[in-house]
Amino acid sequence: MFTATSLNERNDQVQRRFRLLFLVMTLLLVLPVLIILTLLVVRGAPAISLEFLLAYPKSGMTAGGIFPALLGTIFLVAMALLFSVPLGIAAAIYLSEYAPDNWLTRIINLAIINLAGVPSIVHALFGVGAFVIFFGFGTSILAASLTLAIMTLPVVIVATRESLQAVPQAFREACWALGATKWQTIRRIVLPNSISGILTGVILEVSRTAGETAPIMFTGAAFFLPFLPESVYDQTMALSLHLFVVATQVPDVPDHLPYGVALVLVGIVLIMNATSIGFRTYLRGKKKW
Amino acid sequence: MVASSISVRTQKLNLWYGTFQALFDVDLEIKQGIITSLIGPSGCGKSTLLRCMNRINERLGYVRTEGRVDIDGQNIYAEEIELAQLRKQVGMVFQRPNPLPISIRDNVLFGTRIHTPKADKLSKEQEEEVLEGALREVLLWDNVKDRLDDTATRLSLEEQQKLCIARLLPLKPSVILMDEPCSALDPKATEAVEELIWQMRGTYTIVLVTHNMAQARRASDECVFMLMGKMIEHTETADLFVTPKDSRTADYIEGRYG
Repeated sequence: MFTATSLNERNDQVQRRFRLLFLVMTLLLVLPVLIILTLLVVRGAPAISLEFLLAYPKSGMTAGGIFPALLGTIFLVAMALLFSVPLGIAAAIYLSEYAPDNWLTRIINLAIINLAGVPSIVHALFGVGAFVIFFGFGTSILAASLTLAIMTLPVVIVATRESLQAVPQAFREACWALGATKWQTIRRIVLPNSISGILTGVILEVSRTAGETAPIMFTGAAFFLPFLPESVYDQTMALSLHLFVVATQVPDVPDHLPYGVALVLVGIVLIMNATSIGFRTYLRGKKKW
Repeated sequence: MVASSISVRTQKLNLWYGTFQALFDVDLEIKQGIITSLIGPSGCGKSTLLRCMNRINERLGYVRTEGRVDIDGQNIYAEEIELAQLRKQVGMVFQRPNPLPISIRDNVLFGTRIHTPKADKLSKEQEEEVLEGALREVLLWDNVKDRLDDTATRLSLEEQQKLCIARLLPLKPSVILMDEPCSALDPKATEAVEELIWQMRGTYTIVLVTHNMAQARRASDECVFMLMGKMIEHTETADLFVTPKDSRTADYIEGRYG
């Protein structure tokens, strides 16, 4: 009575084939990541040492370390966040909690989504036009980090807005019904319950910003500097551009050097992402609904 | 308690959601200190009417209200009305218990804290007093007195709903609006919350929206039957269920539609 018919067998066969197809696709997806990481570690690891991280490049960048570039990347990312995080979170709070649902709000939302899709080289040109030339910052850390900030802004806004909207509407209603203002509601209930998502978005954004090359290339990152920047109006080296330079622009670079730079860059990104995930897990554990 | 004085009075109350008219010329007088239930089929406007009484409808943005609603003799749709003050005076309990995701203590004290200027901040002892008073009044104190710092969202639904009532009390409301307060609860919890509501009778004017005929019948003094945005009948509960004046009321309470 409950035995398989030929139709059942045929259906089973088909579904097994599809399962295999999806499995293979998934493996194909993982494979490149594994290969890239293996290659980086195998070929870059010999370059890594404390000296590599803490020394200046030597002999026309064919030897020595990456200290100015490492520090430069940290500067650029930190300053970019200093601009984009407060601005992005404020804008997201307005859009999610205050803005009326009308055509203007919809246009603003659309603009933000489109801003996220603008290629980074276009952001670079905008940065040159606006910050380097118009505001007269010159090619400098300030101009480069502002350009990065503009580029990261839409992602910060979207991540924040999504975290805010994940807070159940019932909490807001409860507050309003008790006579709380919107700001009291946001400050006491909405923000504390969405902060984990906001921070996760921000940290993920950091890791992306750290690897960007195009936006900083024309706005503040230098080919080679024998000294550290002294103010935000100076140029700086950066890991991503340094990698490009030692990999393609300088003759006679030992093979392991560019791989070493790449490994450090990827290492920073991975550590950031791991922190972000760890953080989210921790805060989610504390979540109360 | 002055049994005959009027606590909530609506006059020619009309309300539109966009172009859809949800309330038609509602004239209603709700007496002070008793429980009045609003009944009627889904979409009849009973929740909308309730939500006019603390003006929480307005957050939707596309709501237009005409006419007046007087609470304790004051038109709450007048220019000079401050919503924060109105909502202190007119508390609301929602269909799904919605305690805030903070501790039991902070839930009960939330209202007091947001309505007290920094300079007059209550001392720890005063806060404890307010807290105990409110939780005792809703018969929750003995259950939760040892875990006041636990998160409120971990309580059972019955306890959550009682807490949602308790957090209104420190603000000393005169009217409490309840929007199907038991519909998310099981029968036992429903009984407990109903009992609590009955005990609060006299101290507060309670307006109760309910889907549940039996609940309206056993837990309210007066009953308002609504249909398609209009108020059809408003009498003492006993009369409404035994000798309804309007045939539509009779049809509804006998379960011919709904």
